[in-house]
Amino acid sequence: MAGKIKSLLALGAVVLTTAALAWAGADAPAQANGAPKPVITKAVKGEQCVEDTDFMRRNHMKLLNHQRDKTVIEGVRTKKHSLKECIECHASEKTGSVAAAKDDFCVSCHSYAAVKIDCFECHSTKPQGPMSMHPLNAETAHYKHKLAARTTSEASAEEMAGVAQ
Amino acid sequence: MSELNSMSNQAPESPERRRFVGAATAAAGLAIAPGVMLYQVAHGRPDDQPASSAVRWGMLVDSTKCATGCNDCVSACSTENGWTPVAESEHPRQAPQWIRKLELEDPLTQRETNLPMMCQHCAEPPCVDVCPTGASFKRADGIVLVNRHTCIGCRYCMMACPYKARSLVHEPLNDTQKPDVPRGMGCVEACTFCVQKVDRGDGNTACAEACTAAGHNALLFGDMNDPESEISRRLRELPTKQVRADLNLNLGVRYHGI
Ligand code: SF4
Ligand code: SF4
Repeated sequence: MAGKIKSLLALGAVVLTTAALAWAGADAPAQANGAPKPVITKAVKGEQCVEDTDFMRRNHMKLLNHQRDKTVIEGVRTKKHSLKECIECHASEKTGSVAAAKDDFCVSCHSYAAVKIDCFECHSTKPQGPMSMHPLNAETAHYKHKLAARTTSEASAEEMAGVAQ
Repeated sequence: MSELNSMSNQAPESPERRRFVGAATAAAGLAIAPGVMLYQVAHGRPDDQPASSAVRWGMLVDSTKCATGCNDCVSACSTENGWTPVAESEHPRQAPQWIRKLELEDPLTQRETNLPMMCQHCAEPPCVDVCPTGASFKRADGIVLVNRHTCIGCRYCMMACPYKARSLVHEPLNDTQKPDVPRGMGCVEACTFCVQKVDRGDGNTACAEACTAAGHNALLFGDMNDPESEISRRLRELPTKQVRADLNLNLGVRYHGI
């Protein structure tokens, strides 16, 4: 019996140390050999997000949760905090989506933070109609379209990420 | 009602305003004589206003005009809301179906009746009564919806609905949804009276638009609370029935000619 308890204690200690080590590891700056930093692509449309970038990074989920109830239950359809509008601006130029490829706007951070996104189980990840139809894009639509046709693949994620942060 | 009042308060004023109103409604208006316009005021509601209980959306189905062999309302619904037509589905017996076309025959007289059947948007909806999570709910303007954020897919509502109006999505949709119409595996869904169009101020549903475009005019959508609306006027004139009226559910869809 005593032997059993001892080995249990030892096991417990090992588990705790491992956990502590893992915790310390997570705290250390995730650089060099850590997980690759998320690629944060600047929104294709618009200059400034509806709220400060820092605020959005921490609180976008709260805004979205609040808005979804207002919209579904009450029928309030304001655009400011609506997921559809996020997608309008943040859909990647390459995939036309916020969550189709691993560098797309939503997926990139969420996989880094290991937070599963449930939104796209039901919501479309793509804006309505072709990107060039977006009102913010009106003046440059013809030109963007040509540009997209020319740069078939090699406008890489890194290049686009250059504008980030 | 307050909306109506405010509308009539604003009615005839300065010539500028009249010109502006004239220009804005010209497209939707119908000229009965030079200078005399007949137009229906659409219930466009500002984005930040919640749906109001002053409105009750409803539909009148004139089954005497519903054509044999025509399926336009069903295809229009599937296109607008992004569900796969049952015939194209890999598993037709469990495919979601928001509206279906029925062709009935009276065995005694052989009289044929055509009608579309969909969620009747009950004022006393059994689907809402039985939902354990509150996901099934009636919006202020009478539209019965499923809140997919809280639906657990238990399907009680499908059992409770007397009209077989609801379907469960059995398979992953793989990002084929319409941006305006979120849908997902494991949730129950049904006709929404094209809530996305209603909120946009279209004042009509995809099925009714398609029926009118096909020249049948069997479907009329509108506000049953507004005595001036086309649907209220027709409901006053035509004899109509509610399907299973014995259940006393006060349906939002009324049938003529059944
Ligand atoms: S017809 Fe069925 S799904 Fe529609 S409100 Fe009535 S009970 Fe609910
Ligand atoms: S399937 Fe969803 S909406 Fe229907 S009763 Fe269950 S939780 Fe409610």
